[in-house]
Amino acid sequence: MNPNAAKETYLDAMGAAEKRLAGAPSWLRELRQGGAARFAEVGFPTPRDEEWKYTDVTPIVQTGFKPAAGGANGVDPARLEGFWFENLPSHRLVFVNGHYSEKLSTPGMWPTGVTVMGLAEALRNQAHRIEPYLGRYVPEKIHGFAALNMALFADGAYIHLGRGTRLAWPIHLLYVTTGAADPVLSQPRNLVVAEEDSQAVLIENYVAVGEASYFTNALTEVAVGPQALIEHYRLQEEGAGAYHIGGLHVHLDCDGRFTAHGIDLGGRLVRNDLRSVLDAEGAECHLNGLYVLGGRQHVDNHTHIDHAKPRGTSREFYKGVLDGRSRAVFHGRVVVRPDAQHTDAQQVNNNLLLSRDAEADTKPQLEIYADDVKCAHGATVGQLDPDAMFYLRSRAVDEAAARDLLTYAFARDVLRRLRLEPVRSQLERNLAVKLRVAALLQAQEVLQ
Amino acid sequence: MLSIKNLHASVDGKPILKGVNLEVKSGEVHAIMGPNGSGKSTLANVLAGHEHYEVTAGEVIYQDRNLLELPPEERARQGMFLAFQYPVEIPGVSNIYLLKSALNAIRKSQNLPELDAMDFLELVKDRMKLVEMSEELLYRSVNEGFSGGEKKRNEILQMAVLEPKLAILDETDSGLDIDALQVVARGVNVLRSPERAIILVTHYQRLLNYIEPDRVHVLVDGRIARSGDKTLAYELEKHGYGWIAQESAPATV
Repeated sequence: MNPNAAKETYLDAMGAAEKRLAGAPSWLRELRQGGAARFAEVGFPTPRDEEWKYTDVTPIVQTGFKPAAGGANGVDPARLEGFWFENLPSHRLVFVNGHYSEKLSTPGMWPTGVTVMGLAEALRNQAHRIEPYLGRYVPEKIHGFAALNMALFADGAYIHLGRGTRLAWPIHLLYVTTGAADPVLSQPRNLVVAEEDSQAVLIENYVAVGEASYFTNALTEVAVGPQALIEHYRLQEEGAGAYHIGGLHVHLDCDGRFTAHGIDLGGRLVRNDLRSVLDAEGAECHLNGLYVLGGRQHVDNHTHIDHAKPRGTSREFYKGVLDGRSRAVFHGRVVVRPDAQHTDAQQVNNNLLLSRDAEADTKPQLEIYADDVKCAHGATVGQLDPDAMFYLRSRAVDEAAARDLLTYAFARDVLRRLRLEPVRSQLERNLAVKLRVAALLQAQEVLQ
Repeated sequence: MLSIKNLHASVDGKPILKGVNLEVKSGEVHAIMGPNGSGKSTLANVLAGHEHYEVTAGEVIYQDRNLLELPPEERARQGMFLAFQYPVEIPGVSNIYLLKSALNAIRKSQNLPELDAMDFLELVKDRMKLVEMSEELLYRSVNEGFSGGEKKRNEILQMAVLEPKLAILDETDSGLDIDALQVVARGVNVLRSPERAIILVTHYQRLLNYIEPDRVHVLVDGRIARSGDKTLAYELEKHGYGWIAQESAPATV
């Protein structure tokens, strides 16, 4: 499908969707219409757009992915067992092709003041609670994919933490995409509202059942209230034929704290936009990222931290390992507005190239308009330390094993920052398998 | 055991070793001394096989084999050990794991059975007494967060466990206090035996107060300018390196 035909197809779908929305609240209709209008205006991004210079979405456009229908699509709960973390009790919500599946979910009990449900259901039953938040944290000039989600999203997670509520268990959101006759477009739309002094841990987990090619176009908004504390995991372990575009838009109120861990081990073509606005004094934002790529995988991380108010802190720590013909893009934008005195911002992006044909493009972009701030950034693209290689080899470790060991150590550095131990150790195991050091880790454990 | 003939080596195209000749027999302890920049560390690294150093001429025969064509891991398996001047930190790889995998790789290539975890731990704990190292360091990542002295003790522990046929200590004594220095000396003296050889690369004479070398060599500008017995080390301590450099300069014309 050529880009114009693809665009027309989606615009038609938006027109049809609008007719079905006749009974919806006007603000929601306007929100969707806004998305449709924006999509009509900008269409799909192309490498001519500065923000998409290194990420060519032509394969997504050409495939013509079709919005997925609801229903569990015959997913057997037993097939999902392996996706849950061992030794980690959690509130489990399952989304099949972007739609909440009550049948597959085991959310458990919620404390008073906490509301968690599918977004579609929430929009039917308590739209007034959602109105002040949904779509408010997404900037006006969104790209075509975010607009597509705005206009056509069907479902997702709605999480509302009332004032002072604290969840003891993490909320595990499992997004499963199944194969279908037509290539499936799944568009989860998530809204997280954390009111003053509330606390929760969220896991957004994207996985595939089957080998089909599909496209996930996700959009998540998180409103972190005063003194609220949210830790967010985005674990992308999509299939080898999967396209994934994700937006995470965070708004922080005073002394609110948001920690994000974005781990990309799967997917064919992945683009993550993470935007965080520190919109009141003393807000704190920690972003950790890891991408481990091989073959022809492509992962693009665009982060944008907006220090709008004084005494904010941001820490960004992204690392990547690139083998084969893979490619990674890191674009880290940090804006410190005139009002944001005493901002403390640090950004690090380190890339390890294991093959001549792999490529990493890293671009830190600091825009500082306040004069009393502390900002630092560092970006590297390099190979393994030859002295460390020599040290291991001089201890009788052969060359290939030495390389794998050091690569694992490089990548694990990010996983060490994950606070949930069961998630951390599971990801360490997955990483070890991917980097061929699983046997070693086992041997190490025996000795501990 | 080791025979070095006319060895030339460069780093980044710059010649450092300019014709080193050295014979080391089983049971001997050789000290290689010399001023900064004379090529001592280069010699140690070339022998262990660091790729950064390019051998441009000469040969090295180790136990009847052409050493220079072996990769570093094979040299280690054949019983060679280099104690590093600056041991590298390897986060994510536990010290004890590296030690066990090294020992078993070496035993395997010598047709000895691999040690299981129990026997291995017993051996390590026995050798740890020698270096007075806290057991907790065994379970940490290799050298990560170790103090300078702990790193050197760890090198000596590795040496004591691996029991190399040829041990090369690259300025292991530099930057050590007297206690740590004695640990290094003890490690070397315990290892000393008729079937092993030891090369001590050092800038200072003080280590030789604790380890009596059979031969002392002075490396100046990439060549061995003088060789002698242990008394040569005392002369160097008294008079410095200048007199040898001057004495040897005309001879090289």
